[in-house]
Amino acid sequence: MKPAKPRYLENSLQVVFFLCAAISTVTTAAVIGVLAMETWGFLQQVSLTEFLFGTKWTPLLEPKSYGLLPLLAGTMMIVVGASLVAIPIGVASAIFLSEYASDRARSILKPVLEILAGIPTVVYGFFALTFVTPLLKTILPETHVFNAASAAIVVGIMVLPMVASLCDDAFRAVPESLREGAYSLGATSFEVTTRVVVPAGLSGVFAAFVLAISRAIGETMAVTLAAGATPILTLNPLESIQTMTAYIVQVSLGDTPQGTLTYQTLFAVGSVLFLITLTLNIAANMIMKRYQEVYE
Amino acid sequence: MKNSDSNNLKWRHQKAEMFRYFCIGVTGFAVAILAILIYQVSVLGMPWLDAQFINSFPSRFPEKAGIKSALVGTLWLVSLTAAIAIPVGVLAAVYLEEYAKPTRVTEFININIANLAGVPSIVYGILGLAIFVRFLGLERSVLSGAMTMSLLILPVIIIAAKEAIRAVPSSLRQAAYAVGATRWQVIRAHVLPSALPGILTGVILALSRAIGETAPLIMIGALTYVAFVPEGPMDEFTALPIQIFNWTSRPQAEFHELASAGIVVLLLVLLMMNALAVYIRYRGSRK
Repeated sequence: MKPAKPRYLENSLQVVFFLCAAISTVTTAAVIGVLAMETWGFLQQVSLTEFLFGTKWTPLLEPKSYGLLPLLAGTMMIVVGASLVAIPIGVASAIFLSEYASDRARSILKPVLEILAGIPTVVYGFFALTFVTPLLKTILPETHVFNAASAAIVVGIMVLPMVASLCDDAFRAVPESLREGAYSLGATSFEVTTRVVVPAGLSGVFAAFVLAISRAIGETMAVTLAAGATPILTLNPLESIQTMTAYIVQVSLGDTPQGTLTYQTLFAVGSVLFLITLTLNIAANMIMKRYQEVYE
Repeated sequence: MKNSDSNNLKWRHQKAEMFRYFCIGVTGFAVAILAILIYQVSVLGMPWLDAQFINSFPSRFPEKAGIKSALVGTLWLVSLTAAIAIPVGVLAAVYLEEYAKPTRVTEFININIANLAGVPSIVYGILGLAIFVRFLGLERSVLSGAMTMSLLILPVIIIAAKEAIRAVPSSLRQAAYAVGATRWQVIRAHVLPSALPGILTGVILALSRAIGETAPLIMIGALTYVAFVPEGPMDEFTALPIQIFNWTSRPQAEFHELASAGIVVLLLVLLMMNALAVYIRYRGSRK
């Protein structure tokens, strides 16, 4: 028998496929590289302490000041507000979906959740500005045209489908035998849900919360349209604020020449945004992996 | 049990019943929000939705304004994004599922893809601005936009394609190997065709995400006022969500109505793509 011919096509295809898979790693490297390089340039002119702990963010006005705290506080306000909306509603809907809903109700509600999740963020921004803000204004007349509350509510609605479907997955992964065991001891459906199902699915629920927070931090269009462009330190959700993402959009809407300090602020703020969301995403994955209960 | 109310059977059942209604009510509330959103947008936008709106360029005068350049721009953007992201994404998934051995490198690539899927879209915009627009000198072209969008949706496509490929039964592969097929022949003739419905569903959902994304396009400098139709991949462009953003950020009510007409068009496009994905999934699952 002749020895097999070397398979050039087979081998070269494998290399091509590997390169395609490697693009994802190159992307991450490029993101980190680009952010690090420009942020380094930025930190040559603004000290790290001023950037991280300064309380004034006025890079586009004189006197210029580069303290991140107002943007960070604005972002946190959106995160807290969005969590207050998304987490209770998301968990309750997930409980309804996994514990109470009939198969028919499920088969209608699941696609509705998918549609909600697929609506572009700019549409939610429009909804915030033309529906939620006027509504808030009729209830609380001191509401500003641009305000954190309206944006936070809408961001909450936006991340709600994700929270609901991740929690639903977690609850449905709890084996039926656990529920039956509790019912046979005489527990009511409320007790089964709150003392058996939710605790058993808790790792999934926490992971959902962390991912929701990460999404809310990175959300851009709704906060740009509805929350305003006023980077101030305030705790009043009815006032206009600015988030990190909204600042990045504000600068890129103007024409900013490369190499200027203003151009570099994009990357400095982007670095902080990237680091926070990356940490949260990794944390969520670890929670899901490490603390997931395994049932036989 | 410790709780004092656990002795009171009637109260416990009442509480369970109340909780059930609470969950139903909250879910109903969430669905109602979706209904309000769609109702609100359609009522505002429908009167503006006519052939003139589809066929006109943006204008300072609301009654003359339309979405022609935005619609064509979005079409260009999605076609180029599909041409870049689909082959790369599917082949990457083929490598990870069919070729890669479970080494540390493979595990790292997989974890990295999962994390990339959670990076905020605006960070991809920053990357696109620095690499494609400035470093490679592609300027504010459709190509810059499509490459940025491709990076954004690649993790989504790879994850969906990986799942579809993993669902192909290994008996199919072994049968093909047994009659002497090479690895690539097995993949091309058996694995990819039977994974196709799953891959297509993932691709359509990823592309519909690309259609709705706004922030990365603003970052790479897609223009908000474009009175021409792009004719090549190096032309400047605008896109539907950008046009909606622009109209929404103006104070006049007429422009808000134009924005909602634009939103109706955008949602219709997305709905059709979603329906297509559901149909393909349904047909694939019947086999």
